[in-house]
Amino acid sequence: MSEVENATPTTTEGDEHGAPMTDAAARKAELALPPDIAADSVSGYLRTSMARAKAGESGVLPVVGGLILISILFQSLNGNFLTAQNLVNLLVQAAVFSLLAMAEIFVLLLGEIDLSVGYVAAVSAAIMATRMDPSHNWSWPLAVSLALLVCAGIGLLQGTIITRLGLPSFVVTLAGLLFWEGALLRILGSGGSVPINNQAINDIASRALTPTVGWILMLVLVGLYGGMVWRRDSKRRKAGLVAPPPRVTLLKIAGALAAGVALVLLCNTNRGILIPIRGVPWVVLLVLAVLAIWTFLLVRTKLGRYIYAIGGNAEGARRAGVDVMGVRTVAFVLCSFTAGIAGIVYASRLQSISTSVDGGTLVLYAVAAAVIGGTSLFGGRGKAMHGVLGGIVIAAIDNGMGLVGFTASAQLMVTALVLLAAVVIDALSHRGRVAT
Amino acid sequence: MSTESETQPLLRLEHVSKHFGPVQALTDINLELRAGEVTALIGDNGAGKSVTIKTIAGIHGPDAGQIYWEGRPVRIRTPREAAALGIETVFQDLALCDNLDIVQNLFLGRERTNHGITLDEEAMEQSAAETLASLAVTTVRSIRQPVASLSGGQRQSVAIAKAVLWNTKLVIMDEPTAALGVAQTAMVLGLVKRLAERGHAVMLVSHNMNDVFDVADRIAVLFLGRVVAVRPAADMDRQIAVDLMTTGQSSRGDAKEPERS
Repeated sequence: MSEVENATPTTTEGDEHGAPMTDAAARKAELALPPDIAADSVSGYLRTSMARAKAGESGVLPVVGGLILISILFQSLNGNFLTAQNLVNLLVQAAVFSLLAMAEIFVLLLGEIDLSVGYVAAVSAAIMATRMDPSHNWSWPLAVSLALLVCAGIGLLQGTIITRLGLPSFVVTLAGLLFWEGALLRILGSGGSVPINNQAINDIASRALTPTVGWILMLVLVGLYGGMVWRRDSKRRKAGLVAPPPRVTLLKIAGALAAGVALVLLCNTNRGILIPIRGVPWVVLLVLAVLAIWTFLLVRTKLGRYIYAIGGNAEGARRAGVDVMGVRTVAFVLCSFTAGIAGIVYASRLQSISTSVDGGTLVLYAVAAAVIGGTSLFGGRGKAMHGVLGGIVIAAIDNGMGLVGFTASAQLMVTALVLLAAVVIDALSHRGRVAT
Repeated sequence: MSTESETQPLLRLEHVSKHFGPVQALTDINLELRAGEVTALIGDNGAGKSVTIKTIAGIHGPDAGQIYWEGRPVRIRTPREAAALGIETVFQDLALCDNLDIVQNLFLGRERTNHGITLDEEAMEQSAAETLASLAVTTVRSIRQPVASLSGGQRQSVAIAKAVLWNTKLVIMDEPTAALGVAQTAMVLGLVKRLAERGHAVMLVSHNMNDVFDVADRIAVLFLGRVVAVRPAADMDRQIAVDLMTTGQSSRGDAKEPERS
């Protein structure tokens, strides 16, 4: 980076460095910047995005590319992979992974890990299911509230132990993994399984919007997003602040619209066999809502800013006056709370909850999804969006291998290798960042 | 600067002592820092430079002695109290978050918000740009680039800008040019001079005699926890400084005013 330095004059007399930036240095400087800033045109935006993706910098392009590759692979092995029926099914499958990954991202951003999310999700589902059974007969909003409240409490407990006693999150949440599995067995009792007969809860995973409502809602959401982005960027341009040119803003909005249209088109295709089934599943909306809220929290609020700051340099954040212990504890609370939401979706899909839930695999899928999406295990880098995309990748692998007829042993090994590959890429790009 | 600031020092240490267990770190320190002046604090390893700045920054309380701020006796017990008075310290490790951009780092812990809910990015970015421009930190490509992508000199500049963003009167810098190249050192030293021109008091801790004689208005020499000399930089040269740092006295020079406190 020294060329960049030299390109600028210093005020000390006789010390004028007028050396022009070399091409290599300019490229490197460009790589360091988010494409929003570096780009002064649409082509520049695309070029920078591509260059950053190649350099292993986080961005959505590698995941999207990977997803396309996986689709081609499984489609060539089994022609049913790219049918509307399977793809919508895949989205519903992905919801649990995406939600768990978004949960995990809160603590991954701090450079911590939470191994208990799988069984915390199961405990959430079990509490909700048992409260709604005939002997208690709670209404579903009450049962869901209690389940989520208990999950937040679990996060508070684990987070407090980790921060106040200064214990590694790995060990504390590993204990949590065992403890909450035990709690699950106790809540479910001798039967080992509780069915869910509540229509509202089961509808989350099984019911869909009507095609017309799907279109209208998509247009409204994209319109809201586009209006927000356009207003923000033009306000920044007017104030002379760092902002992308109007065309890049339009490109982003067009991208969101294209994704929305593709999603609704896919979901509105008839996927029923005996009776027609169409429409966007409710659970997709739920995932999008959680994504929107957590993105807002991470990007637009002090709490989110502090989570990133602690992940980047905890000591620096402490000296800047950030309540490091408090913020870390809150991150664990948010993690367990989001896991609770995932648990409810999980139960909704199965229309029951039983002791056979494999929380150990779920947590590995969650971490894998977050890391595949582009979140770093070393803290400070990641977005809620990464969880959603990574969840879809994991679901695609899971679903594709099932279709093709891989044995359980092969499925486990392949998933493990994918996780390992994602972690290796993360570690290599982290090393690259530290070296520069 | 005004005549008032010349008559009254911004910060005055009087008979300050500090020990850690049996180790006497500082003995009877008398030191004055004035607005608009760069005071260099030099001394060999273990002379007490770090303890002195940590005492002023509120990290260690003194065992004995009194600190005066703008003529008033004060107690600085925590870094927060130091910041409230207008004292900011740039430590060697800079304490920047690599993954955050320049604006986010400058405002970390003191973010501006819209009605306490969302971050007011526009206002923060605007005043960050103004502060950097006023310090003539113009080498960065964009104030929205992550600190990880900056050079050592630029990082140091950001850390210094972070320290002066808050109505700061005294900036303490610990070895700001250690580990920097020639051009970057010149850039940081230029920044130090501009801080003094803007009326800040600057305390510079450095091992590098070139840097010290380049920017300091006055030089204080510590030897085994005592201040052995405080003189205008013009009344000292490298050889005297090195003698004072290594032996606590110097037979060279005119010794017309060995101590001025």
